[in-house]
Amino acid sequence: MSGARDQVGRLLALVPYIQSREEVSVEQAAADFGVKPQQILKDLNVLWFCGLPGLGMGDLIDVDMDALAGEGVIRLSNADYLTRPLRLGSSEASALIVALRALRDAGDESVRPIVDRTLAKLEAAAGDGAALAAQVDVLVSSDEAEVNRLRTTLSDAADRGRQVRLGYYVPARDEATERTVDPLRVVTAEGNSYLEAWCHLAEGQRLFRLDRVSSAEVLDTPVDDHHDVQPRDLAAGLFQPSPDDTLVTLRLQPKARWVAEYYPVETTSELDDGGLRVTLRAGDNGWLTRLMLRIGGAAEIEHPAELSTVVRRAAIAALRNYE
Amino acid sequence: MAARKSERLLNLLITLLVSRSYVTKERIRGVVEQYRDQSDDAFEKMFERDKEELRSLGIPIEVGYLDRAFEDEPGYRVERAAFELPQIDLEPDEAAVIGLAARVWQHAGLASATSDALVKLKAAGVSVDRTALNVVQPQLAVEEPSFEAFWRATQSRTRVVFTYHTSSSAEESVRHLQPWGVVSYRGRWYVVGLDTDRGAPRLFRLSRVKGSVDKDGKGGSFEVPPGTDIRALTESLAPQYTDHRAQLRVRSDSAHGLRRHARAVDPAGGDEGWDRIEVSYGRSDALADEVLSYGADVVVEAPDDLRSMVVARLQAVAADPAGAR
Repeated sequence: MSGARDQVGRLLALVPYIQSREEVSVEQAAADFGVKPQQILKDLNVLWFCGLPGLGMGDLIDVDMDALAGEGVIRLSNADYLTRPLRLGSSEASALIVALRALRDAGDESVRPIVDRTLAKLEAAAGDGAALAAQVDVLVSSDEAEVNRLRTTLSDAADRGRQVRLGYYVPARDEATERTVDPLRVVTAEGNSYLEAWCHLAEGQRLFRLDRVSSAEVLDTPVDDHHDVQPRDLAAGLFQPSPDDTLVTLRLQPKARWVAEYYPVETTSELDDGGLRVTLRAGDNGWLTRLMLRIGGAAEIEHPAELSTVVRRAAIAALRNYE
Repeated sequence: MAARKSERLLNLLITLLVSRSYVTKERIRGVVEQYRDQSDDAFEKMFERDKEELRSLGIPIEVGYLDRAFEDEPGYRVERAAFELPQIDLEPDEAAVIGLAARVWQHAGLASATSDALVKLKAAGVSVDRTALNVVQPQLAVEEPSFEAFWRATQSRTRVVFTYHTSSSAEESVRHLQPWGVVSYRGRWYVVGLDTDRGAPRLFRLSRVKGSVDKDGKGGSFEVPPGTDIRALTESLAPQYTDHRAQLRVRSDSAHGLRRHARAVDPAGGDEGWDRIEVSYGRSDALADEVLSYGADVVVEAPDDLRSMVVARLQAVAADPAGAR
């Protein structure tokens, strides 16, 4: 990583940033630039030796050191040639424009005109850089829009420390449940958004997938004190099987290979027919039965044999409905 | 010695920016202090590297001749109009949406591109107060490792080659593509472009790209056909969701996943313990998957093709003795 390159990039924004505001506190500048205050001070030190060609008396950029040391405030002068930042690069412009479009699609009627005005101004200022944004697009479906609304409501409840009455569908048990939760945070992992919360029904910390939330009513009741509850480490994956769970061996035909992509399998080996043999942990026989019925005849349980019988019985029971 | 180098780069830039005409290398060496102490060779190398670093920040350094009649001594300059961000005046609500947009990307590279853009706008005098607006916050998550390679290739118009597999088979194929655009559709990322092996536009799901995405030639090697609407093209190439209806019988207080998307729920007349629901669906096999997962709690009444599909698949499971084959 080039420290000098990044520093110059920052200085080319910092100099006009200070000049457009006349004076700024070091703290504020650090917050706006997303760096530590010490970094801003180091950056300012570089400016001491910069200025017009020749660097004679009166050519150097002047940073007011008294104001900096005394009040922690940055003022600078003698840099009239750097009053505007560098123009937006194409990846900066397109990343921002695509994000704005996502915001417009996700928002309601009142937001769209604001975003449209902003996009028009930004595209004009970005010039050629904006042209490339047309090549990246985000189409937000109505289901995603609903998840976006829930995310906003629940993050807000977590910030304000308010309990939420949650309607939640548990697919593994095929149950529609109602529960009161203390929201902790909203997280995104493996392509889905989740609410992490203390659940009063389960009396424990739980993750709720937002596309399975049927209703969320924010209550006036404040949440309990959960300062001792650690957020779950999601880096290891959302589904953390317990070593006590049954180890199941499945033989997947080619068209059931997706199982290995969707579930945390422990081992996989290729089979001659293009299929896979996988092992995975199943904490719940109900869950495994549902999975096996869904896959139909394209997978078999090789081990343990009892589970294979459970699945067959479930299929025979379902067939009776059609007699 | 990063500070010394930053100093040199900044002084070089200022020299090129404030000059009205092209500045020769000799003149640059004369005014930028750190160049003066170098040997001829060391100066040449240092100057070349510095120029490239400034260019990598997006600074447009032009090369030209001082006197057109004597093209012997090239010079350098940075034209202010190409360097500076043009005037942009944002209302408080517009500045607020930009602040919110900078939080949309959940991807390291794109998140830093948006925050760099935000810093530049702040440097242009924009004050961002996100709380000025109460807006739904979408998030764009990108977990596919190939995203960045496709994103860059669409921007530089570079042909790519990659290995692609469909989930239904172990078969992999090498595909050649002129990438036109990267699109998120129904929560999944795709790349759309001209598949040169098939001679037609195609859509590829990024999660099914295996391994690396390699350049297949130089940048700027193709043009996106004028008038191409990436959004419309994606919708036309994406799997179709035609609207079929199915009538199902579901046991009371079960099949909640299906009920959530049901068009109508009626108690089944005289059939104690069952409800009748109607659901709309696209592909029969996808609905059959879902129906099957509820086992004996859901029965397909109509249409017949769905009903026979479900029965056939149940028979396959029921008949399959453990450990056979």
